[in-house]
Amino acid sequence: MVLSFTKSGIYCEAGDFYVDPWRPVERALITHGHADHARPGHGAYLATDAAAPVMRHRLGDIALDTIHFGEARQIGGAQVSFHPAGHVPGSAQIRVEVDGEVWVVSGDYKTTDDGFSEPFEPVKCHAFITECTFGLPVFSWTPQPKLVDEIHDWWAKCQAAGRPAVLGAYALGKAQRILSHLNPDQGPILTHGAIENTNAVLRAQGLHLPDTIYVTPETKIKDHPGALVLATPGGMGGPWMRRFPNASTAFASGWMALRGVRRRRAADRGFVMSDHADWEGLNTAIKDTGAERIFVTHGYTSQFARWLTEQGYDAGIVETEFEGESLDAPSEEEAAP
Amino acid sequence: MKAFATLFTALDQTTKTNTKVAALADYFRTAPDDDKLWTIALLSGRRPKRGVTTTLLREWAAEMAGIPLWLFEESYPIVGDLSETIALVLPPATGTSDKTLTDWLGIVRDIGQHEIEDRKAIILQAWSTLPPIERFLFNKLITGGLRIGVSQKLMTRALAQATDIPETELAHRIMGDWTPDTTTFEDLILTDDPTADASKPYPFYLAYQLEGLDALGDASDWAAELKWDGIRGQLIVRQGQHFLWSRGEELITDRFPEFAQLPDFIPDGTVFDGEVLAWQNEAPMPFNALQKRIGRKTVPKKLLKDAPAVLRAYDLLEQGGEDLRDQPYAARRKRLEALLNDLPDTLPLRLSETLDFQTWDDLGQIREDARNLHSEGLMLKRLASPYLSGRKKGDWWKWKVDPLTIDAVMIYAQAGSGRRANLFTDFTFAVWNGNELTPFAKAYSGLTDAEFRQITAWVKKNTIERFGPVRSVKPTHVFEIAFEGIQASPRHKSGVALRFPRMLRWRHDKPIKEANTLDDLKEMLETYG
Ligand SMILES: [Zn+2]
Ligand SMILES: [Zn+2]
Repeated sequence: MVLSFTKSGIYCEAGDFYVDPWRPVERALITHGHADHARPGHGAYLATDAAAPVMRHRLGDIALDTIHFGEARQIGGAQVSFHPAGHVPGSAQIRVEVDGEVWVVSGDYKTTDDGFSEPFEPVKCHAFITECTFGLPVFSWTPQPKLVDEIHDWWAKCQAAGRPAVLGAYALGKAQRILSHLNPDQGPILTHGAIENTNAVLRAQGLHLPDTIYVTPETKIKDHPGALVLATPGGMGGPWMRRFPNASTAFASGWMALRGVRRRRAADRGFVMSDHADWEGLNTAIKDTGAERIFVTHGYTSQFARWLTEQGYDAGIVETEFEGESLDAPSEEEAAP
Repeated sequence: MKAFATLFTALDQTTKTNTKVAALADYFRTAPDDDKLWTIALLSGRRPKRGVTTTLLREWAAEMAGIPLWLFEESYPIVGDLSETIALVLPPATGTSDKTLTDWLGIVRDIGQHEIEDRKAIILQAWSTLPPIERFLFNKLITGGLRIGVSQKLMTRALAQATDIPETELAHRIMGDWTPDTTTFEDLILTDDPTADASKPYPFYLAYQLEGLDALGDASDWAAELKWDGIRGQLIVRQGQHFLWSRGEELITDRFPEFAQLPDFIPDGTVFDGEVLAWQNEAPMPFNALQKRIGRKTVPKKLLKDAPAVLRAYDLLEQGGEDLRDQPYAARRKRLEALLNDLPDTLPLRLSETLDFQTWDDLGQIREDARNLHSEGLMLKRLASPYLSGRKKGDWWKWKVDPLTIDAVMIYAQAGSGRRANLFTDFTFAVWNGNELTPFAKAYSGLTDAEFRQITAWVKKNTIERFGPVRSVKPTHVFEIAFEGIQASPRHKSGVALRFPRMLRWRHDKPIKEANTLDDLKEMLETYG
């Protein structure tokens, strides 16, 4: 076994390191900066240079070494390299090779190019450890250009009705992905503090985002007619929303594919947009690795593993503490001021 | 069907009542008459008979999607809706269609007459020509489950806006025993017909849960009755015939043949509002006696004898053909009492007695005792109030008895569906039976979203074993379970079945050893069963 599954996380004995461990360990290789993958308390961290600024922002003063995409590095008896996962900027799949046997940990990923994150690259391997947050055939994502049109269209309708348009999205990744495709000529774009903090980090590392206005306690929505407000899902549920009376609300999430979830969030609109792979994406990604052994970690694991087994893979379930895409995840909002 | 899909999308994209009504009124102004009539039929619960079983639909959908049936079946509870699951798994449409809502409903209505293979061809053809939302709606029509978040009341309001006919008048016109095949939009909605269908009921007035006595004012302005757990029913005698309607506006006359003798004793033009109850020895029987009769279209003799039904009448809506709804409740009651007084008590009609009380405290005392009388609590009615239609706050209130409660240990968890697909929300609870935990109830409501999130995270980390979608978890958490009633049930391992169990409180303060026992439950069964 190149990698094994322990109480602390996914472990490589040959290199004595962990990948995205959930308990404090000596040496951790981190796929990306989301809180369920990049946790505090490890002795040493290794991540891509594009993922590093967000990790420093979130985890503070950590011993963080960086690596380029595609660069090979020897750690003990293991050779490791990081490859784009297309999930958020800097997110990686981690390839581990020991004595010619190659395993890949997917982290979180999506296979379609969002025009913002480094696009997903399939990596050949013998064993693939994959998430399957949306591992059911009911999940199929709307193509991004259509989504971007839908968002602008809703924004225009809100402007015509004189209502602010408040759009809920993850503070790291989703919000910036949307932002990068918004047309700033249509109207002012306001942001929740947690999103603006991440914007600042990403802008500083050279990613282009349109100008935004940070919502402070003094912000009056009257001063920004025709605004689109990017909010965190948590912010939308709380007192923060009181400054936008009469707002039209929307969420951008893969869960918006389900009408029931849309209704539970009681939002006016749901944009089906995820940074995780849909059914088609998962199946294609797995096929493209050429792997025979597949481990599924989080999401609809029992169904997806059974499906893969029937497709002829040697598939198993690994219990991890990764969370996938949760509409309710407060962990993504810890950075809120 | 494009216009109907646009309407559906508009309704689905807002939570604001006024926006919904406006969208619907707009549709009623612009759609063709036969589409409007079908829309009214669908929104008032009149739908074509199901011509294809859902079993076949699932098989065909899985086949068209290229997935095994088990995977379809696993997806269904997560989506929480069969029509939506089918629409989501199917590959994108390859053609287009310009059939109207009425065209599609014609197909849905007639499909049952075809051979299975032809039915399949019709369904697959529909799926491959409809875009996603219309495909979803088509599935809803074919399975007969279309609900689009608009009550009959809101639909009537929209129709009133579009036609300038008063809402109450329309509410009455759209009731009764019609289908789009037996009438037209012109006849049903636009024509004022005084000899309209004799069976036509009045819209029911619905009571609210009491929030507090303070708002009610003086006790002398109110009447009170015991509340019984039966079927709300409107009993009509007109033109020598009788009709019984349930609150869901379903005609259930044939299920209760004991009322057939009433036209011999009661003058034409009489309408009662009351509660249908299984009744023996001048007392109500437990609800499950009545339950046996609800599911049946025809009633075998033995059941008629074992669970005879009566109407406990509490209001008189029409007398001598005159609509009494604008008269004060007190006046309607007087007429009701006089009318029932003159009838022989061999008839299946009983007066719902009013309770004697001077003060709210008196009434509170009576309520304390209500459960012992097998009553659910009290109904309060303002003496001066007219009979309103639908749910309007202010004149009728339910003042239920406090629920029974028990402390139980959570032992199984299951993810919710639809609205709560990504949370664990459905739990099985157990009580102690010696050193063992015996499951006795399932509950899935009563916690806040934050609590569901908390318990979800916990379940993920404390799963012992998976049985399909169900996970057994380490017995750790105690919940206070509230319920409305308890009955003996040989089908359940615990020997009891609860009515409306739900989670009242998460007892973080209680260790599992302090949860209640099976003996405690049995004692409750003795007292209240
Ligand atoms: Zn992530
Ligand atoms: Zn994740």
